[in-house]
Amino acid sequence: MPTPSLTEYLIISGLLFSIGLGGVIIRRNIIVIFMCLEMMLAAASLTLVAFSRFNVTSKGLPDYDGQMLVFFIITVAAAEVAVGLAIIVSLYRARQTIHTDELTSLKG
Amino acid sequence: MNPWLLLILPIISAVIIQLGLKRSATASALLSTLSVISTLIVSLSILGSDTSVAALDWINISGLDLKIGLELDQLSKGMMIVVTGIGVLVHVFSLGYMKDDEAKARYFGCLSLFMFSMTGIVLASNFIMMFIFWELVGLSSYLLIGHWYHKNSAADAAKKAFLTNRIGDFGFMIGILMLWGIMGTVVFADMDGSQFSPLCTCLTGMVVLLIFCGAVGKSAQLPLHVWLPDAMEGPTPVSALIHAATMVAAGVYMMARFYVSIGTEVLPAWSSETIAWIGGITSLFAALMATQQNDIKKILAYSTLSQLGYMVMAVGLVAPEAGMFHLFTHAWFKALLFLGSGAVIYACHHEQDIWKMGGLLKKMPITAITFLIGTMALTAVPFTAGFYSKEGILHAAHHQPLFWVAAFVALLTTFYMFRLFIVAFLGKAREHGSEEASEVPLIMSAPLVILAVMSFAAPHIASIFPVPSSWALKFDVMPHFDDPVFWTSIAAFVIGATSAFVLYTGKDKDPISIPLFRDKFYFDEIYAWIIKIFQDALAAIIHFFDAFIINTIIVGGLTRSATGIGNVFRRYAQSGSLSGYAFLMAVGVLLVIYFTVFASK
Repeated sequence: MPTPSLTEYLIISGLLFSIGLGGVIIRRNIIVIFMCLEMMLAAASLTLVAFSRFNVTSKGLPDYDGQMLVFFIITVAAAEVAVGLAIIVSLYRARQTIHTDELTSLKG
Repeated sequence: MNPWLLLILPIISAVIIQLGLKRSATASALLSTLSVISTLIVSLSILGSDTSVAALDWINISGLDLKIGLELDQLSKGMMIVVTGIGVLVHVFSLGYMKDDEAKARYFGCLSLFMFSMTGIVLASNFIMMFIFWELVGLSSYLLIGHWYHKNSAADAAKKAFLTNRIGDFGFMIGILMLWGIMGTVVFADMDGSQFSPLCTCLTGMVVLLIFCGAVGKSAQLPLHVWLPDAMEGPTPVSALIHAATMVAAGVYMMARFYVSIGTEVLPAWSSETIAWIGGITSLFAALMATQQNDIKKILAYSTLSQLGYMVMAVGLVAPEAGMFHLFTHAWFKALLFLGSGAVIYACHHEQDIWKMGGLLKKMPITAITFLIGTMALTAVPFTAGFYSKEGILHAAHHQPLFWVAAFVALLTTFYMFRLFIVAFLGKAREHGSEEASEVPLIMSAPLVILAVMSFAAPHIASIFPVPSSWALKFDVMPHFDDPVFWTSIAAFVIGATSAFVLYTGKDKDPISIPLFRDKFYFDEIYAWIIKIFQDALAAIIHFFDAFIINTIIVGGLTRSATGIGNVFRRYAQSGSLSGYAFLMAVGVLLVIYFTVFASK
């Protein structure tokens, strides 16, 4: 089975990021937006892993720094999801809606 | 004695009075009088000796080296005797005249400040220093005219004097700067008149006239004469010291100092003629105005104007020695007349209208006789001080059209002075105030007597003449009986005195009435009108500029455009839609990536 090249990884990652960004812009449901945000984060993580995999050091081994960073990202993202979902819950309690169309009190 | 004391003593007195002695009126009066007596002694001690002092460094930058120095020649030493001598007498007179004034300390403090400033003008060794003291006498004159500032007329007169002087001083300043440009120095001793000769007479004449502008303001020549009659709102001793004897003569002194420094040969003829005519016209107009005034001080004020015009005329006729000699004699007898009028006003319970006086000769004999002596000196009766100096000016003007102006002014002078004397001192008392009048105390009559003596003696004390030895002052004790000038002068006196006696003896109100003269040729009204027209137009333009250009276009336009741009952003960018914000952020990120990664190649 042929191993995918760095370019293919980056294309996948770019697609994921674009889908996430598109979702953030287009969707109205705040939970979906939140999921899309997570997807953008995952895309960034995928890029890091890919760069890490293809950056082979002088010892013949990949540079694992990027993959280490991804672990941190996953950890922080987990914490962030907890906080984000809590905010969404309290938002729903306050406004009885999670549709961004109806959350326009920042309008100038 | 050290000549610096002349400057130091009065300023110390002024400072001590101003800072510490405001509450104790008697102490400040005595301190001020003491300081002026000491300066008189110092002035007498440096007379005749060859004193000079080292100048102090003041400003030293490239091309401009200014020192604070004293110019001690016969011109300044003689002038110092006039200033301090009359200063002493006026101070002593003020001790009586201002006895019950509630702001006596302030009055004497300002007198000391004036003595300091006037000394500075007289002794200044360069034009810049003179200009500073020139402004300082303006200030002290302002303070003293406005001494009774709760009277609106006094406050207005003080303002008028200051502002009118500013106009002249502005020209003076430009003149000094032009002179500095031509000569490269402002120090009197270093000036070299020959640097004038290669230049166009239009330029040098302009310099002379601009410097003369200062004299026009300070010596109250036409057209800036309007402040001097109003300045009579100040206390009468001040009018005697500042507005008759010393400060108003500073313009003539300054021109003389200027002539000494550059020499009279290099003066362009046209500027000298202009100066002479300004002086002649001033003396004529002022004398005409004096004939119809009723306020005793106003008559003397116009008479001062007229005599200043004489001096300026002499300066313009390039006979500064005659001008300075007349300044010297005039200072004594005009101070006498003013102090005499002060004594009359004091005795008549502050009544100044001569038609409410009368019969004062019997009630106040000392004042009346000294006043008569002053009148005789002013009207150039032979053997009085005024006779010799006026003769000098008439000689300088001889064979010129101005001679007839001067002779006619002499006639008018005799007329209005005898009108004043007859109405105020002869006849019978017309009002309550003059009925109760009695002789003034010794402290006020003593200065009158001394000044009356000086009205005769002044021309015989050659060592105190403020006339440099390089100027040949023609002066003979005996009049020349074969001289037409002498007979013209006598004829003017006789006609003037006779017509005054015929017209005014025994009259209770003015038999002639000439509104044009009484209303001072409507100068004040014309100026008010000019100021109204031009100032209103200027104010309208400035108001338009301020309201329309500054306020509406610049300030208002800026704020409105800021608000407008802000509104555009508020309306279209600040939509409140989360996806909109996300979209804008994405566009921004894309743009940043585009510009940093792709466009920079």
